[in-house]
Amino acid sequence: MSLNIWLLIALMAVVTFGIRYALYARANAVTLPPKLERALKYSAPCVLTAIWVPAVMMPQGELALTANNPYLVGATVAIVVALWKKNVLLTIVTSMLCFFAYKWLVL
Amino acid sequence: MNDSPKTLFVKGIIDALPLIVGGVPFGIIFGTLALNAGLDSWQTIGLSSIVFAGSAQFVAVGMIAAGTSLGFIVGATLIVNLRHLIYAASLLPHIKHLPQRWRIPLGFFLIDEVYAATYPNYLKNANSNNHWHYLGVGVAFYLSWNIATVVGILFGANIEGIADWGLDFAMSATFIGMVMPHLINKPMVAGVLTSAVLAVVTYSLPHKIGLVIASVAGMAVGYALEQRLSEKERS
Repeated sequence: MSLNIWLLIALMAVVTFGIRYALYARANAVTLPPKLERALKYSAPCVLTAIWVPAVMMPQGELALTANNPYLVGATVAIVVALWKKNVLLTIVTSMLCFFAYKWLVL
Repeated sequence: MNDSPKTLFVKGIIDALPLIVGGVPFGIIFGTLALNAGLDSWQTIGLSSIVFAGSAQFVAVGMIAAGTSLGFIVGATLIVNLRHLIYAASLLPHIKHLPQRWRIPLGFFLIDEVYAATYPNYLKNANSNNHWHYLGVGVAFYLSWNIATVVGILFGANIEGIADWGLDFAMSATFIGMVMPHLINKPMVAGVLTSAVLAVVTYSLPHKIGLVIASVAGMAVGYALEQRLSEKERS
């Protein structure tokens, strides 16, 4: 079975744009139920976490909680800087510098 | 003070820059990985320019490489992008007054980074031209993402081993920078920790279903704890 990539791209585009535009389309008529609004508040932090935690803890697909894992070292720096300074640019730049320095100089 | 559309548009571009720093390496690695997964250059550019959804593009390319069927990939796209619905909901009061010709591009640009750079501006400045700032952020991020994708395609074909450099760490760094400021109360911390643990535990399940389980469970835990704490307060 071969996947039709252009059909996939079209469907992904429809789904993605649909999610983002659905509420905007009828902005004047829409009010979200307060309960749903409260639950959705957790959506972004939870989904983003479910993406980045495996990415740094198991970069090769296996749990790697060791000092040989530069992703884990970089993420630890990112978490500390983000909680301490609450600055996204500083978090990205310092943690990436630490990540690459550790990967190339230490390992 | 009501800044002009031009001033706000430029301010939007400037506010987007910190997140572009994280987005560019991620876009480059996306370009190289997509080729490795078997897509051609135009399909890779198509994903970045027509779909424009960083993490969903990443997930999709991983699933294509694993030979997953079309329905599952579209389903995963839906789940991974569902969080954009809450961004739309929270920006809704600010875009209500705009005609559709504005809402359509603003909706198309509504990704994590654009929301993260735009929403604070709406809170800080009451300005009827703020949609120009939103547009500036969106255009800047869209262009940088697509240029990075093309650079990744060129690098991927010409530089041996670029996929092993670890440029994908930029995505994790950006997401950490965006998530940590939310951890200001118990329900949010509990929800995020639940998602973190379950994402690792369920990682090996097929079709990225683990991502769905971890996300939904984290939201449920956060919401349930918030309900319980507010009930306790009342009693």
